[in-house]
Amino acid sequence: MPAIEIQSVSKRYGAFTALDNVSFTVEPGEFFALLGPNGAGKTTLISAMAGLSRPSEGRIRIMNHDVVDDFRAARMSLGVVPQELVFDPFLSVRETLRFQSGYFGLARNDAWIDELLFKLGLSDKADANMRALSGGMKRRVMVAQALVHRPPVIVLDEPTAGVDVELRQSLWVFIRELNAAGHTIVLTTHYLEEAETLCNRIAMLKKGRLIALEEKEKLLAHSVAREVSLKLSAKLPPALESLKVREENGRVVLALAEIAQLETVLATLRTAAVEVRELSVGETDLESVFVRMMHGGSV
Amino acid sequence: MQGFLTLFKKELVRFWKVSFQTVAAPVLTALLYQLIFSHVLSQHVEAYPGVSYTAFLIPGLAMMSMAQNAFANSSSSLIQSKITGNIVFLLLPPLTASEFFGAYLLAAVVRGLAVGAGVLVVTGWFGLSWPEHPGWVLLFALLGSALLGTLGVIAGIWAEKFDQLAAFQNFLIMPLTFLSGVFYSIKGLPPLWYAVSHLNPVFYMIDGFRYGFFGQADVSPWLSLGVLATATGALAFLAIRLIDRGYKLRH
Repeated sequence: MPAIEIQSVSKRYGAFTALDNVSFTVEPGEFFALLGPNGAGKTTLISAMAGLSRPSEGRIRIMNHDVVDDFRAARMSLGVVPQELVFDPFLSVRETLRFQSGYFGLARNDAWIDELLFKLGLSDKADANMRALSGGMKRRVMVAQALVHRPPVIVLDEPTAGVDVELRQSLWVFIRELNAAGHTIVLTTHYLEEAETLCNRIAMLKKGRLIALEEKEKLLAHSVAREVSLKLSAKLPPALESLKVREENGRVVLALAEIAQLETVLATLRTAAVEVRELSVGETDLESVFVRMMHGGSV
Repeated sequence: MQGFLTLFKKELVRFWKVSFQTVAAPVLTALLYQLIFSHVLSQHVEAYPGVSYTAFLIPGLAMMSMAQNAFANSSSSLIQSKITGNIVFLLLPPLTASEFFGAYLLAAVVRGLAVGAGVLVVTGWFGLSWPEHPGWVLLFALLGSALLGTLGVIAGIWAEKFDQLAAFQNFLIMPLTFLSGVFYSIKGLPPLWYAVSHLNPVFYMIDGFRYGFFGQADVSPWLSLGVLATATGALAFLAIRLIDRGYKLRH
């Protein structure tokens, strides 16, 4: 049974298509990243999972519970940290968490609330009014709110946007612990290195469509040709022209399908009596994959 | 059930934390009306045989305050949550439409009753005697607050800006409450306005409430009860439907 099952989901607002026939599943225990530029449909998809909006077409199941027909069970299984920083100015941190527990039907939940406060570094702020907290602290409370009912599936919509480095680190340590304890994690983020270090599988959305869905390693491995930057003693031999991507600062940059191809390149240069003065191989990372895909490049 | 109880409690905490504004202020306003109108009019008007104008005014003011505050409670809480965005914390949990509605409604009724009791305490010594029919008093206090609390839920869901809610409050709720016979018996009105007053649900709230105190009223308390129960039931049905469909809450 998948943790999240998204079946042919489309969402239209008038003539605008926010999601266009998106389907994928997330297995229990996965750490899954949902990437895409602003307006790609990430938040719309999360809203549909959480029941904050209804898909125009298609179905979504959380832990096998339909989010419309069986919304109570689906929502019990799901913890969402919304992107926008929101809070109730009438309440203290502890009140906020107690009320949130109660909405999920949990009357006596103080032991878990205390643990959440501790894990998120909020223990000494428990009785502070929400208004008195910094943005980063408010964000931590939102994470705690999403976890009060110990949901098996946790969705974080840009949880570290505008948050200081220290919190980002401690938050990820905590989320990793949850993942290790068996929780399924889905996150959207603008910090690609976060997706790269944390997630096993990555989906990319662009203009409401799913354009990639891969294991992280596969996406990194076969997506971008390695780039080799060479400083040569003479002009590039015509035999290698087809590999040239660009020239910069007196260097020529070649794109290689795989690193083994470098051997052929060097042999050709030797034959043509062109000397290699400097050589560097560009590392492939998620950022370059992402940028290429969003600019229309294919995998 | 726990979800409903929690939301109800949260709504109570919300208004209680600002009780100067939500309870004390309307009680003071009612006291000022009582002082001024009873001073100006007590020599001139006797609404019912054997009932002084001063005494006649008190239940009207109490019910008007209950109605306005029950409406204000649910409507302003909802629009604040919508505008600040924290309504999302109520939309993510597995609350049903009835739980959601019931919690807002009940909190509005409690605030209405708290304000009503406060008004009766501070104005009662102007000459209000113990109610002839306490049961009717309580019933109309509950129903009146429930009707306006329900209307507040609908207005709070419908309004997207404070300005729209203020329009609802000032152009609908205020005229309905002021023109409902709070300050006068509608029997003294010209025939047209006498007839128009019968279309105003707030009139039945105040008339039934007064019946509880004085044992006399402009119409039968059973008629008032029927009108209020029907109106409250119909609006509650509408409110639950709107919440269930996610009207202006889920997109």
